[in-house]
Amino acid sequence: MKSGVLLKIAKTHLLARKKQSAIAALGVTFGIGTFIILVSFMTGLNGLLDGLILNRTPHIRVYNQIEPSKKQPIELSSTYGDSHIMHEILSIKPKKSQSNIRNNRGIMNALLSDSRVKGVTPQVSTRVFYKSGSVLLNGNLIGVNILKETELFNIDQYIMQGSPRDLDNNTNGVILGAGVAKKLSLKVGDFAPMVTSNGSVIRLKIVALFQSGLADVDNVQSYTNLKTAQKAAGESPAYLTDINVKLYDLELAKAMSDELVRLFNIQAVDIKTANAQFETGTGIRNLITYAVSVTLLVVAGFGIYNILNMLIYEKMSDIAILKATGFSGGDVQRIFIYQAMLIGIIGGLIGLILGFLVSVLISKAPFETAALPTIKTFPVNFNPSYYIIGTVFAIITTFFAGFLPARKASKIDPVEIIRGQ
Amino acid sequence: MEEIIKVESVNKYFHDPMTLQVLKNINFTMNKGEFVSIMGKSGCGKSTLLYILSTMDTDYEGDLYINKRKITGLSSNELAVVRNEHIGFVFQFHYLLPEFSVLDNVMLPALKLGAKSKQEIEHDAMNKLKMLDIDEQALKKATQISGGQKQRVAIARALINNPNIIMGDEPTGNLDSKNADLVFNILKELTQSMEMSMLIVTHDSDFANKTDRVITMADGEIISQ
Repeated sequence: MKSGVLLKIAKTHLLARKKQSAIAALGVTFGIGTFIILVSFMTGLNGLLDGLILNRTPHIRVYNQIEPSKKQPIELSSTYGDSHIMHEILSIKPKKSQSNIRNNRGIMNALLSDSRVKGVTPQVSTRVFYKSGSVLLNGNLIGVNILKETELFNIDQYIMQGSPRDLDNNTNGVILGAGVAKKLSLKVGDFAPMVTSNGSVIRLKIVALFQSGLADVDNVQSYTNLKTAQKAAGESPAYLTDINVKLYDLELAKAMSDELVRLFNIQAVDIKTANAQFETGTGIRNLITYAVSVTLLVVAGFGIYNILNMLIYEKMSDIAILKATGFSGGDVQRIFIYQAMLIGIIGGLIGLILGFLVSVLISKAPFETAALPTIKTFPVNFNPSYYIIGTVFAIITTFFAGFLPARKASKIDPVEIIRGQ
Repeated sequence: MEEIIKVESVNKYFHDPMTLQVLKNINFTMNKGEFVSIMGKSGCGKSTLLYILSTMDTDYEGDLYINKRKITGLSSNELAVVRNEHIGFVFQFHYLLPEFSVLDNVMLPALKLGAKSKQEIEHDAMNKLKMLDIDEQALKKATQISGGQKQRVAIARALINNPNIIMGDEPTGNLDSKNADLVFNILKELTQSMEMSMLIVTHDSDFANKTDRVITMADGEIISQ
């Protein structure tokens, strides 16, 4: 009953100044609308880009790297190895070793029985030359278990013609990089001749093309079956150069990769270390989104503050008589806070609707990119939590915008106003 | 006679621009149903006294009792409740809220009190307007009626919570003699029919002479009552 009459006064004041109220509400509408549009679009894009990395990249890659021995022979000597004797070795050469991962079956079994691991795919990477007449192009042939790769790392998203199954069905098949195919004028169904590292020529049938969107990759890389790659490398069926691991929880990648290095004495790199720039990019894009929206809302808040301040000067005698007839300072304060909140809630709601409609429009707009052959329109995130955040933003900003003028109104001394007239 | 207002040794000072005693040891009592006017030259402190009695001005020394309850020292929220329930105001200027209809203006203090349902309040407000013969204007905006009508609406608003006392600061000051007589007769009748007390500050000696008791003030003191 009591707050009903306060609300009625607030509403009447707003309705008596439709134009001013509408302009104040419009400020909030723009602030919230922009927030929704920006945040939906930005997080949609972030999700897409993160997905690009997260879905395609192994969480941990285990490999063997050629590098100099960590302990040089001189350091093993009791005479020179002591730290207090200075020694320097020039021209250290890397130790000749295989790129094969030793005990790879053991490592894979250990990984597969680990409860944190979702799946493991073995790979064989070998250097080849793509051959067309007398032309030789540098290339990289990767032997994979294509069905596993599809399942764990969504390789199928980048396959343009044909399907992963075609490779599985054809032992001597190859999925050629789109860049290579274009350079050599090859198409699906053709045979691609390649010179292997030991000098022999193999002819693989092109069953599909893939396009990752990275020209450097598409111009050199091709996928074939594990066995074919092992043969091309001239190695035994136990030969593996990489083991890619996908975890259930991405956050565990760093710890687990360190653990693998310690346990198996091999090289391992986790996704966060390898792609640190993506996390930074995502964070900064989110920051920009929130900064722009908060700025807009603060501007809208100043608009409300101004209008209420003016209103209070205009309404001095009304406030005085309300107080004389028994409305308390708190009641008067509430009347003006209600006005600010009404502006905020109505403007905010329209902003949410506007933001949603524009987001829908954006999500329908065509967006074609070489990087993502399967995506046709802009990615937009319609997560309802952003709409809740927007509403909370609107309410908080308008509350504070209304609070100061309202407090001033509550302190008006009715005697001063009435006697001054 | 039941006493409605009692003032005990009230002193008040203005401090700006320099300390000046505007009320000097004011003592008086007023009974239920009495029609009292306060007269005096401008600057004699009569309005200052009225605003202290109205509970809106709390910056004074001394004690004030309304309905035998000590008002001095109550919090501003408690004072607002006292004004809402027990005191009706009529000023020289009508102070109607311009955005609201005549009826809404009359209803507001009762809606604030919240003792009755909205329908009852609306019914009461219509009755008050009818009593003051302006019920035909009830749905008009407060800005659309004449000056005399506005003052009558202001009286209706003062009456809506059936207060014990009506306080007026020059309620007829802005009115021509015809409307001034009308307002006086309305107030007079209220003291008789509803046992309300009237405390009216005025310049108008014709008006004052028709009241039950005239309190005359000069230089912050009551010189006769």
